[in-house]
Amino acid sequence: MCLALPAKIVEKSGDEAWVVLGDARMSVNLIMTPEADVGDWVLVHAGFAIQQVTEQDALETWRIIEAVHGAPEEAAT
Amino acid sequence: MTMREQMARLTDELHTVAAMLDGGASFMEVCGTHTVNACRSGVHSLMPENVRLISGPGCPVCVTAQRYIDALIGLGRRQGLTVTTYGDMMRVAGAGGSLELARSEGADVRVVTSTMEAVAIAREHPERQVVFAAVGFETTAPATAAAVLAAKRQGLSNFTVLPCHKLVLPAMMTLLADPDVRIDGFICPGHVSVIIGAEAYRPVVEEHGKPCVVTGFEALQIMQGILHLTKQVAAGQAKLENLYPEVVSADGNLRAKRLIEEVFMPGDSAWRALGRMAKSGLDLREEYMAFDAFKRFDITLGEDNDPPGCRCGEVITGKCYPGDCPLFGSVCTPIYPIGPCMVSSEGSCQAWFKYRRNELKRRKAAQTGPAKEVRV
Amino acid sequence: MTVLRPGQPVVNPHARRIVLAHGGGGQLTDELLEEVIRPRLDNPWLADLDDSAVMAVEKGQLAFTTDSYVVQPLEFPGGDIGRLAVSGTVNDLAVCGAEAEYISLSLILEEGLELALLRRVLDSVAGTAGEAGVRVVTGDTKVVAKGQADGMYINTAGVGRIRDGIRLGVSRIQPGDVVLVSGEIADHGLAVMLQREQRTVIRSELRSDVAPLNGLIETLLDEIIEDVVFLRDPTRGGLAGVLSDLAERSGLHLMIDETAVPIRQETLYAAEMLGLDPLEVANEGKVVAVVRPEAAERARAVVASHPQGRGASIVGRFQSERNGLCEILTEVGGRRIIQKPYGEELPRIC
Repeated sequence: MCLALPAKIVEKSGDEAWVVLGDARMSVNLIMTPEADVGDWVLVHAGFAIQQVTEQDALETWRIIEAVHGAPEEAAT
Repeated sequence: MTMREQMARLTDELHTVAAMLDGGASFMEVCGTHTVNACRSGVHSLMPENVRLISGPGCPVCVTAQRYIDALIGLGRRQGLTVTTYGDMMRVAGAGGSLELARSEGADVRVVTSTMEAVAIAREHPERQVVFAAVGFETTAPATAAAVLAAKRQGLSNFTVLPCHKLVLPAMMTLLADPDVRIDGFICPGHVSVIIGAEAYRPVVEEHGKPCVVTGFEALQIMQGILHLTKQVAAGQAKLENLYPEVVSADGNLRAKRLIEEVFMPGDSAWRALGRMAKSGLDLREEYMAFDAFKRFDITLGEDNDPPGCRCGEVITGKCYPGDCPLFGSVCTPIYPIGPCMVSSEGSCQAWFKYRRNELKRRKAAQTGPAKEVRV
Repeated sequence: MTVLRPGQPVVNPHARRIVLAHGGGGQLTDELLEEVIRPRLDNPWLADLDDSAVMAVEKGQLAFTTDSYVVQPLEFPGGDIGRLAVSGTVNDLAVCGAEAEYISLSLILEEGLELALLRRVLDSVAGTAGEAGVRVVTGDTKVVAKGQADGMYINTAGVGRIRDGIRLGVSRIQPGDVVLVSGEIADHGLAVMLQREQRTVIRSELRSDVAPLNGLIETLLDEIIEDVVFLRDPTRGGLAGVLSDLAERSGLHLMIDETAVPIRQETLYAAEMLGLDPLEVANEGKVVAVVRPEAAERARAVVASHPQGRGASIVGRFQSERNGLCEILTEVGGRRIIQKPYGEELPRIC
């Protein structure tokens, strides 16, 4: 029941933040993870960060997602 | 090692352990996303004959009783009122059609990706009443709570939520008490667990002696979860294993839990198929009743009218496969869905229809001869 | 300041928006044609401005196609509704084995549409037509009241002569035939959907792949014309739509290898974010070809050597089993079927 993805915070202002995924930016509410700061990775679900995760774990999750869905390791461009 | 090699290793180990089982094992995947991801990756095609995966009531749309849908559609049809909802609710049919149908007839129904979007709509349109359909388990409840708090802070008098949140544990416990349902272990929902913590499943392990494994969502992680469950059953154990520690802690996200507690309290709730369960849903607390759409719009819930022949209730409790429903694939398809299990992209019936229909065809073909080897 | 000369239409050079009168068939319509449309698309047929364009016909067969374009937003990274309208019709002709030559352009404009936008779209139409080597020989312009047409709707129709030696059709597909995709999937649909999400939560510059593919298809046919048995562009419904259709109509079992389906990393991220299956997302610059197995590698190589076919990949093969199903061997080695997507994809949230 939960599509949640790890993403990196690139901008933060109070509870509002922008995260980046590839070259897409998404707006996210940090009320559940107020200590998360710019440069940190969070798990995003329905517009909210529900957990802070380490960069290592986040990148590993993406590696698995990409492998399972068939994207190349390196960006094409 | 490639993905396929990794999966093959896990699958081989699973087959080896399963062969040691006395009889078989049935594991319930509580979470709809687990069901869909497993289907999409073809995990079912790799399972041993004697290990069965049952889809559970982890699809919030599927377990929302029809009377709530009717209430939402009724609201949607009112003048000057905007219904905001997550995408999945749009096509679920109530007695009076669906939100999608209502929208095509002129109702102001908007899909939002975040509860805060709904709050923003209320702020930008003070002349309209804005209602948010608060559906989902513990993963989305904090988001609804945050929205209610934000609306209160901003002094919005035109924002309400229709509280339909459900709690996972009561459902699991009710299923375990049902003599018609055989469950040997649970694949616990990954992201609900982020909020409530792995320890939340302790009662399942201790009071009912059932293995519980918390896993991530990708096929490899799901297969690993199944393997751990099978090993436990083979060894006669019942343990709580957290295979997703990178995001799931023992106690969960305390801030999220506090948000829920601040705004909501557990209350009785009507579930499709599971009936009325005590303390299985979330009601708004007295101090936030101003944001309750039931109260503001004086809504009384009607009765459910499940379509005749629809076996969604049995599907979500694992009592039958989607393919066993007489409506599946003939009358009930993703294009013309009858029950919520076919509407929801997390529903078992839609997952089966999209990814496992060939099993029905193969069963027929098997009666006429073995399938030929494929070359890709 | 503009100096008016006798006979020169009175055009307000600062006129910013389309008004209802632009579609009335009178003076403003003429001005629109003269000042905005004709300068960009001029050719002998449009110069004559007859009710119908008249072309000479060679012996053989003609392919004739039409499509309407209602994309929102009108402009998106990688293209716009104009480029889409020309590419779509050119590609529909090309996948029949026809040499696209002439297209029509019908515009339905919303009152209030900015002329600057219209000019950009028409520049796109002209540029894409030039790229494809087709001419816009006839057209129509209508204007509807504010609130209708979402800015602009376009319909294009196209004709082209079917190339000699072409024999395309589902009935020609046999067990062993191979399925080739010309490049990475899902870019167009996701690019457009992300632009729609801009307002709310997501910002992205993912680019649509929209492009006319007649040059690419011609190159492929030049190389192996007898061995190409079917061509299709995977637009609405995505790759899944085409593959499930091929399996159903041929009656054969089609086996696809998920590891062979090309997708760019940014595209995958976007699909994950929106909760969509990339196999079901529209493409506007890709072609699916079914070719005989002995020509498969040559086909892949010739497509890959073309600028629009860089990511070409052989993704699957028809089996001898007759069950009309398309099945995919997933990344993890499981198997499941691919089916035709339901109309509007609702992104999964919860």
